[in-house]
Amino acid sequence: MRSSPSEPAGAAVAERPRARGAAVKSEAVAGFDDVTYEEKRKLFEEVRSDLRFPDYLYGCYECGICVAVCPSARFYDFSPRRIAQAAARQDVELIYQQMQEDIWECSQCFSCLRCPRGNNPGGIVTIMREVAVNHGLASAKEALEGYSRIIYKIMSTGTQVSPDMLQPDAFPDWGPEVADVSNQLALWRRALPPETLHTTSTGWDVSDRTLIELYLIWLETGALDMIRDVDEGLHMILEEVMEERLEEEGIER
Amino acid sequence: MPIPVEVMLKKKERFERDPDTIPADFHDELFRLEAEGELIVQRIPDGQPVVEVPTKYGRPKRVPKGHLWHHKSCGQCGHIPGYSTSIFWVMRKLGYDYEDPRDQTSCTAWNYYASATSNEAAQAAVALRNFATAYESGYFPLIHCGTSYGHYKEVRSELLRHPELRAQVRRVMDKLGKPMVLPEEIVHYSEWFYALRHEIAARQVRDFSGIAVTVHPACHYYKLVEGDAIYDPDVYGGQRTAVVTALAEALGAEVRTYSTWFDCCGFGFRHILVQRDFTRSFATIRKIEVMKEEADPDVVLTHDTGCVTTLDKSQFAAQAHGRNVGVAVMSEAQFAALAMGAHPYKVCQLHWHSADYRPLLEKMGIDWEKAWVEFETDVAKLERGEKEFLSWEDVDG
Repeated sequence: MRSSPSEPAGAAVAERPRARGAAVKSEAVAGFDDVTYEEKRKLFEEVRSDLRFPDYLYGCYECGICVAVCPSARFYDFSPRRIAQAAARQDVELIYQQMQEDIWECSQCFSCLRCPRGNNPGGIVTIMREVAVNHGLASAKEALEGYSRIIYKIMSTGTQVSPDMLQPDAFPDWGPEVADVSNQLALWRRALPPETLHTTSTGWDVSDRTLIELYLIWLETGALDMIRDVDEGLHMILEEVMEERLEEEGIER
Repeated sequence: MPIPVEVMLKKKERFERDPDTIPADFHDELFRLEAEGELIVQRIPDGQPVVEVPTKYGRPKRVPKGHLWHHKSCGQCGHIPGYSTSIFWVMRKLGYDYEDPRDQTSCTAWNYYASATSNEAAQAAVALRNFATAYESGYFPLIHCGTSYGHYKEVRSELLRHPELRAQVRRVMDKLGKPMVLPEEIVHYSEWFYALRHEIAARQVRDFSGIAVTVHPACHYYKLVEGDAIYDPDVYGGQRTAVVTALAEALGAEVRTYSTWFDCCGFGFRHILVQRDFTRSFATIRKIEVMKEEADPDVVLTHDTGCVTTLDKSQFAAQAHGRNVGVAVMSEAQFAALAMGAHPYKVCQLHWHSADYRPLLEKMGIDWEKAWVEFETDVAKLERGEKEFLSWEDVDG
């Protein structure tokens, strides 16, 4: 069984940006000079203090297996190896650059778990994304543009994709069958034998009590507040929907 | 290309169960926490028949045959409803009872991996709320979605490892008035199909001996917390997960391999919804075209929501560009249902799919034109108000 070292290499965070080797982008490329080093370091500390971080990083052989199996590396200027190495070196500047430029390209397939050292670059990306969302970074706002409807659906209904999302103007590249489904939706849903699937605006019929429990989870864990800086309008709408429902049920928080 | 097991077993990167790298069995910690009163472990109900299946590192896994709580998939139910319907239909035909709950939410992991607008405590609480609901019903959870399955395994690992996370989630569960519950095994529906493959084959009414299949194994099934996934020495020499392939072989189909089998489908979670140029490119160039060139399958079988969606829907645009695509895509649950005589539209709901499945149906001996008329006749009854819904009896009529 693998054991985690007590701390990753170079555990103390450097006070100043360090010179980088030729294998990584230069400081000039890193950019974001308008953001202070202290701010970048604060974000990295949030990444590093996540409970999961020590389980996701064990060092790097530089073998490149994670890159070879990474779908995003084939189509973007993205490298799971650079993610793991920047985290291991605690390269505050590069990590900030990755949070602004790279992390939303990851496919989250976790093929990189094939790492012979046991690293989880995809997991590190998950944590970096959470921090980027929590702080309303520009990359998070850009990545989630056009995505509000999905967040609204999952947080307010408990199912992420619904039959009525299948509309030809939203999915013109999915073929003419999308229009057929859209035109016949209510009828075709009633033709499904499982009784829970007759819905059109949710994946299945979710009970009221279950929704209330879900709202409590989003509110109690701070998940709803995470989107405040990324999409203020959506946050306001969802908060209102949830608070109103809880109030109707006489549930105090 | 037939499966070159001898070649696979000679590769220097072959998988071997090295005793030094076998992960600890999570049950030790699970039962320790149960003994200390930290959580409840839901056992497979007494008296339920169980199949023991082999997993990657040799630990036997218990899969219950019946009395199952179906943890549905939002992507399957929403966009590929024949996927869920086929799972239920096969279970009904084999005579195993189940619960199709309304007090279930999505695992919400599709959104989490897409947008990160959640955190580990919320994700764990969503998982435990569903598990507690299954426990209270007395039925054992069966997870339909590959991502739910993978994510719940991650949640289990995090909960077992981090007392501070357990404490945080416990406070939420107390507010909900629900207990902290984890099941003794997290079971994916494709594991149920693997375990029951011989019973399914015994009920087969259509000959699949002329059907060529390629299999796309779902990343979140076997790459996330890999020790739970089924690996069978008799399938691929134990080098790849055995689910889907073992079922297709039991049904008499010819499974052919291809070089990019390890690649993901290109789903990408956020990409499939808001950055589909990546998804379409990856799905067609790295998966479908390679399969066509190297294996020329009649159908691509897979076992996860995102993979069926991606591999099926991505072909239309590529076809318009004259690429070498055009092959049916479905879950092995739909494939098994068709083998057992299910209606291609009333049960398998193939009209929700995009890639052309009709040549496959013809090869299976199914008159799809006649079947479509039958479906439309039933739908017309709904339209005229003669019926409100089609029932299980209707779809077998």
